[in-house]
Amino acid sequence: MSRTAIVDWARGVYEDLDFTAARQWLADHPGRHACGYLPVYAPREVIHAAGMLPVGIHGSGDIEIIRGDAFYQSYICHLPRSVVELAQSGRLDMLSAVLFPSTCDVIRNLSGMWQILFPQMYVRYLDLPQVADPQMGAEFWRRELDVVRRELGRVAGIEVTDERLRASVALYNEVRGVIRGLYALRGAKPWQVPTEELYLLMRAGEVVGPEKFLEMARAYAAAAESDDQRVRDRTRVIITGSFCEQPPLGLIKTIERAGCYIVDDDFLAGNRFLTGDVPLDGDPLSALAEGLVRGAVKTSVLYEPDPEGKRNLMKNRVAAAKADGVIFAAASFCDPALLDRPMLREGAEKAGIPCIAFKFAENSGQFQQFREQAGTFSDSIKLWGDA
Amino acid sequence: MSDTRADARAGALKDQSMVIQKEMIAAHYERLERAPETGEPVVYTFVPGNLTELIRSFGCLPVLPEINALQSGMRGKSRDYIAEAEKHGHSEDVCTYVKCDIGMAMAGNIGPTGTKLPKPDLLLLSYTGCYTFMKWFELLREQYDCPCVFLHVPYQGEGVIEPEHREYMVRQIRELVIPALEKISGRKYDEAALCERLQLSVQAEDDLVWVLESAKHTPSPIDAYFGAVYYVGPIFSAFRGTPEGVSYYQALRREVQERLDAGLGPVAPAGPLDNQKYRLVVEGPPNWTHFREFWQMFADEGAVVVASTYSKVGGTYDFGFRHNPQDPLGTMGDYCAGCYTNHNLPNRIDMLCRYLVDYKADGFLINSVKSCNSFSAGQLMILREVEKRTGLPGGFIESDLVDPRYFSAANIKNRLESYLQMVEARRGGAREARAS
Ligand code: SF4
Ligand code: SF4
Repeated sequence: MSRTAIVDWARGVYEDLDFTAARQWLADHPGRHACGYLPVYAPREVIHAAGMLPVGIHGSGDIEIIRGDAFYQSYICHLPRSVVELAQSGRLDMLSAVLFPSTCDVIRNLSGMWQILFPQMYVRYLDLPQVADPQMGAEFWRRELDVVRRELGRVAGIEVTDERLRASVALYNEVRGVIRGLYALRGAKPWQVPTEELYLLMRAGEVVGPEKFLEMARAYAAAAESDDQRVRDRTRVIITGSFCEQPPLGLIKTIERAGCYIVDDDFLAGNRFLTGDVPLDGDPLSALAEGLVRGAVKTSVLYEPDPEGKRNLMKNRVAAAKADGVIFAAASFCDPALLDRPMLREGAEKAGIPCIAFKFAENSGQFQQFREQAGTFSDSIKLWGDA
Repeated sequence: MSDTRADARAGALKDQSMVIQKEMIAAHYERLERAPETGEPVVYTFVPGNLTELIRSFGCLPVLPEINALQSGMRGKSRDYIAEAEKHGHSEDVCTYVKCDIGMAMAGNIGPTGTKLPKPDLLLLSYTGCYTFMKWFELLREQYDCPCVFLHVPYQGEGVIEPEHREYMVRQIRELVIPALEKISGRKYDEAALCERLQLSVQAEDDLVWVLESAKHTPSPIDAYFGAVYYVGPIFSAFRGTPEGVSYYQALRREVQERLDAGLGPVAPAGPLDNQKYRLVVEGPPNWTHFREFWQMFADEGAVVVASTYSKVGGTYDFGFRHNPQDPLGTMGDYCAGCYTNHNLPNRIDMLCRYLVDYKADGFLINSVKSCNSFSAGQLMILREVEKRTGLPGGFIESDLVDPRYFSAANIKNRLESYLQMVEARRGGAREARAS
């Protein structure tokens, strides 16, 4: 399959707010169910092991909001209103269950709203272990996973055995491996893997199920690797702060076109939340729990026990990605991202890393201001970077 | 009652409990200021889910940054503190309590009573009912070079405290929090001392509940929102589990009993509120920058608040919870998990519906604050659900906690007036229906 065909396919899945791919999957798998999850991190392995299709719910971009605004005041981020819009318009009615991870109080409260609005769906708020003690955290999270295993098994009418879990963990290890590979390829040769394309592929992966995603992502990786593109004189940047509400695709394109190679980001951070492979021996739920507690990515939605952690984070990420600068791009009214920003930025600037910051909403339609900011940022790094 | 008598009464009533409270607070802040010399360790912690009895059983002094922020708001200082924090890169979008506190620290950490606040020896981060708490203490940790111990209190997503969650909290208290307190205080954990304090908590909690429930009478002798923020002050902050706390609540109870016996209402900023035309339930925190003006808007209309959810952020005692000295660690877990914002939305809706019935209210009002996702995200749905279930009218006003930029007096007054007209119209409708 050609690179263009893969990207077109991914774009089609991304733009389709009726979730036709998920509906098709259900039609192709009679008797099976779909389970949605909100950002940022949900244990998709457990959903998959229950024979269900995991469906990421990441808002709906610039769709017209008819019902969602009646649920949220103007000073709350855009994501929940577009999620409510999707749900209230029946676009999520193929889901039998929805998981709400403890990303912030907005998503937390949305779980209660869901319980009232959609009593027929199984709803579970997932309290990620925030405790600094890894053993205690892992035991707590294992028990939470066990509840999800049991409850999703009940909804699906399937006993979620350890064997099933291990198979799903193995599959998601492959998914993580492919994603890591694609991110590494982009980091090394960003001209070969434009972030716009990578992003579309990742978004499609939130809907189509791991098997299909693996097929397409592998094909894309092969095509991207062999398809030589012209290397341009661009600035290498990291984008951070967009782990939950997603920036409009136009914003990603704008930043790239303004002269930046995005070499690291936290878009859809849930699919890279566990940084390593999850072991396949022993108790699979314990392995998953340990994977989270000991191997989670550093992110605003988890407590940082290391007092130096926030200060050093951007420095370390910039070094790992060989980046020239950082763009803090947070959704408006996003508490986790915006409260983290002063700490992260101070650490970065102390290390001499150029930074800019802006806010967006998933339905932002004007990109001129971002183009100017990113363009000036890139130019100034090129001009003064080696001075 | 003549104006002079009303004023005299206002003065006299304020004198009793408020003077005691003022003295307690002043003494506490003075003690805090002297802490660097006396060597008393200082623990910063939060209102919801605080472990005051435990902290004090180690001889440590608690500081509640939220209380400092709200006091700064009431004393007209928050605007500058927020501006200071925003100058240092904080977004205008985030919780203003955090910015007010950070700004205060940047401006020299002078506390609400004018005394200098000591640096913390420990940040005890009780992660109860609010995500922002976590960021707040990560930010404070950047400022103070001191340890931070994290108490993860699971949310009541299913509407109950799950037994495993309780165990998890107990384990954290035993294995993480207590050792951290032992370390900074140089004292061993003394369970008997803790239990004694918990016993004192129970006495104060009983009296507080009695006071809050006095609003079931007509006229109500208290305002359970504006007045209650004073009543819950000691128990939500440094004085739960202390003899001073017990005495305060005894005095408060006597004071309210006197009003009850005399058939009098509470004292609003401009005088007594005896002529009570509307009985309201309020959801959401108050605005602090214009607190007296805000309260007076209600009083001017003859509206008394008979129950509020904000007065439950530091414990839902009126639903039966009491600290249990027989099970000191378990009861602290129950307490943390039971604070109002740690309840899921269906529970919050149930609580409001119950208040409306139990307190024979005419309707309910939501004050939605820009700062607080924990409270505000979902309030529009709460409004509709409670209206649907009780048939009583709901109103919606918007302000902020401590950012004066978001308090529009004219707008709030308008909304309040139209809301009360709606209550009046419904009453008229009900009367007509009864007559026919
Ligand atoms: S965008 Fe931010 S504030 Fe909004 S739901 Fe996501 S994490 Fe919460
Ligand atoms: S978000 Fe709300 S509960 Fe949390 S610190 Fe701010 S005001 Fe308090």
